[in-house]
Amino acid sequence: MQLLNTILIGITAGSIYSLMAIAFVLVWRSTRVINFAQAGMALLSTYFGYEAVTRIGSFWLALPIAMLGGAIFSALVEVILMRVLVKHSSSGPIAAVAPIIATLGLLGLIRSVIAMIWGGQDLRIPPPVSNNGFTVNGEVLVFSPLKLLILITTFILMALLTILFQRTNLGLSLRASAYAPEIARLSGVRVDLTRTLGWALAGAAGAVAGVFQTVNGNGNFSPDSIEFSLLLVSGFIAAVIGGLDSLLGAVIGGLFLGLVISFVLIYLNGGLFFIAPFVVLLLVLFIRPQGIIGAKAGRRA
Amino acid sequence: MHKLKPRAHFALFVIFGFLLFLVGNRVDELRVYQGASIAVFVIAISSLILLTGYSGQVSLGHGALMAIGAYSATLARNEFQVPIILTFFIAVLAAAFGGALLGAAAARLSGPYLAGTTLALAIGLPSLANQFSILGGEQGLLFDVGWPPLGLGEDFTQYKWFFWIAALAALISTWLLSNILSSRYGRNWRAGRSNEVAAQICGINTGRSKILAFTISAGIAGLAGALLSMTIGTVSPSAFPLALSFALLTGAVLSGVSTLSGVMIGAVILVAIPEIADVVAHRIGSSENITTNLPGFIISALLILTVLFVPNGPVEQHRARAAKKLAKKAEK
Amino acid sequence: MTLNVSHLSVHHGAIQAINSLSLAIPTGALAAVIGSNGAGKTSLLRAISGLNKASHGKISWMGESILGDKPEILVRKGISHVSEGKSVIPELTVKENLELGAIWRRDKKEMIETLALVVSIFPRLGERLAQRADTLSGGERQMLAIGRSLMSKPKLLLLDEPSLGLAPLVVEQIFQTIRDLTTSMRLTVVLVEQNAMGALRIADLGIVLNLGKVVAVDHAQALIDDPAVRAAYLGY
Repeated sequence: MQLLNTILIGITAGSIYSLMAIAFVLVWRSTRVINFAQAGMALLSTYFGYEAVTRIGSFWLALPIAMLGGAIFSALVEVILMRVLVKHSSSGPIAAVAPIIATLGLLGLIRSVIAMIWGGQDLRIPPPVSNNGFTVNGEVLVFSPLKLLILITTFILMALLTILFQRTNLGLSLRASAYAPEIARLSGVRVDLTRTLGWALAGAAGAVAGVFQTVNGNGNFSPDSIEFSLLLVSGFIAAVIGGLDSLLGAVIGGLFLGLVISFVLIYLNGGLFFIAPFVVLLLVLFIRPQGIIGAKAGRRA
Repeated sequence: MHKLKPRAHFALFVIFGFLLFLVGNRVDELRVYQGASIAVFVIAISSLILLTGYSGQVSLGHGALMAIGAYSATLARNEFQVPIILTFFIAVLAAAFGGALLGAAAARLSGPYLAGTTLALAIGLPSLANQFSILGGEQGLLFDVGWPPLGLGEDFTQYKWFFWIAALAALISTWLLSNILSSRYGRNWRAGRSNEVAAQICGINTGRSKILAFTISAGIAGLAGALLSMTIGTVSPSAFPLALSFALLTGAVLSGVSTLSGVMIGAVILVAIPEIADVVAHRIGSSENITTNLPGFIISALLILTVLFVPNGPVEQHRARAAKKLAKKAEK
Repeated sequence: MTLNVSHLSVHHGAIQAINSLSLAIPTGALAAVIGSNGAGKTSLLRAISGLNKASHGKISWMGESILGDKPEILVRKGISHVSEGKSVIPELTVKENLELGAIWRRDKKEMIETLALVVSIFPRLGERLAQRADTLSGGERQMLAIGRSLMSKPKLLLLDEPSLGLAPLVVEQIFQTIRDLTTSMRLTVVLVEQNAMGALRIADLGIVLNLGKVVAVDHAQALIDDPAVRAAYLGY
């Protein structure tokens, strides 16, 4: 029973990491930037969701509002920050690391602006359904209706994203711009617009990850939520496991990481919460630096 | 600065140290304390400049490396009663060892991967303090360097003693660093940064050279960590948050990562920001939420704006402008 | 004269790739642009299609100035550029590569019709629609690149070294296809080639570039017969 419990908890947490990893991958594919502000954006979207929930009262209306808010904010960042960045710092010793530094600065900026507006105290998004575990054979599991709902919703969103990418013209434009921007332009794709759209999608995915990470915890969140640090690190690591370029890889990476953390916490030691992902990352980078799915581009890009 | 002989260099540093001594005697306690903080930041930022500007890597783990230095100095002091001067060497060695391990991973990574890995370290490492009781958990450990020697006089305060130690350490480490950077190793790092393949063809082992850069950089960060706990009096996880690594990065970017000469700029700004933010907040009569978060806001905004508009730092910018002027004159 | 280039200059940093170049290509002509390495052939093509910015000059197509338009806009005006080196996207399937060429069209039915047309021109692609493009041979990739370009139903086709890296037999095939397409689809074609002889044989018009300037323009056959051109570019 404990084994089943561990697996179910791991998959639920992992599906949230997958969403976050998808956000990293979408941004990486559109602009070849790791957006370290992704967790900040997810946090901001969670505040949007909080505002919506407290006003409307419905979690299922608040979620799309948070997604929309996250998407618009993310798109604005791409247009306002990233395009200027590309124009200004294309040479010099810092050119290669300028985008990293800029997104880190953005992470700090978002955090402090959030704390200025909403304050540093804990706010709460109540879970839409019970987080009390299912009872099987008289034993109470940690796996709850809420976790089931999170799992189902994440997989529906991933399915929708797959359809978008594989079956629509927009998806084809997104993929073509990611793999070969020049050929995409010559084929008539408005690559700049597609890039912004890639960021917007990432913002929406991150928003869901943020809201779910919050309700999957105790429902509380604040600008300094440890949950969001974990989300940032886990999302990044999951994306790296998946090879950074692959959406499928991101999903697998997230689930894998969720399972690993869950097993470490339950069977080894709860205090290893933050060190476990780091060790997984180092192992992946040493053993299979191209990720599970990714094949060609090395880590030296 | 580039043309000075090492001996002239050294003389400059001695004169500078003497000036610091004079200034230290004339200002009040708060300023002395801030002076010590500036010295600590000078050391920490220069370690990051070495890494980012010279070997083209970004580390968000320098807060964690500082923590390693601080904890090992404290443990050496508290558990084994090591003399105070030795604890700083122990801090350097311990952090350098951690840096070498990280560097071995870093040599195979670059750009975003390294940044992400060190970010994970910065978030993960402080939580270890709660795992081992010897590290003192959230409260941390006391770190006491002791009273200033009596020979320095009755009115020689504790803070002044901190300042002296920190300033001396800053002078020595900066002097060493600037010599390393103008040596063969510095050239190798720069070569590897601008074009890794070309550097390899010239016979530079870029992997080893990166690990070396990481090791030295980490050692210096460890020194800064030990000095930081000295000025605070304790060492605890909360003294080395992710925000510290961010602040160091901001300091390095503000100083300009391509040269050591701007390092004071970043350090002074970092120490001055909380004070400036306080004044601004009072002037506009803002709410408590805004007051407490203004320093973080200013640091992040400065980081973004510098990267966008002065990516190579004020010193390099000035140099480039001067060079352009000269070129124009030559044309005429 | 539907494609007019006058006093065009293109710089890459301090290097001048194209130096006040002028030329005109009539509708329906297949123009071969030849010249040694660094003569500015690719720069010229990239300037026409909007990939390179020109520092000076004019380019017009069907009387309308097109200089400064972005490539994604020019495709919609009937100008399609197949860039150097088998320009296909290896991660996409053959079908997706082809669909990409018509992606800016709203009309799905027209796209399907064009796809059928392209498949009838290149039956080999039709057999491999579901395969990823990186499973194709070099010649097939070049066909796919041209096929993708045809999907946009271009009027002006800009081809950059389609023969690059292909076996001689395949080169001949590709050149013949280009010749046939020009006639049957009433295209205007600018063909940039290192393989000067092969290109001039199928071309109507020959243009010789050197150091960013036009040094000779004539009927392709006349250039082949010109002893100076022969010695410099055809190697005998």
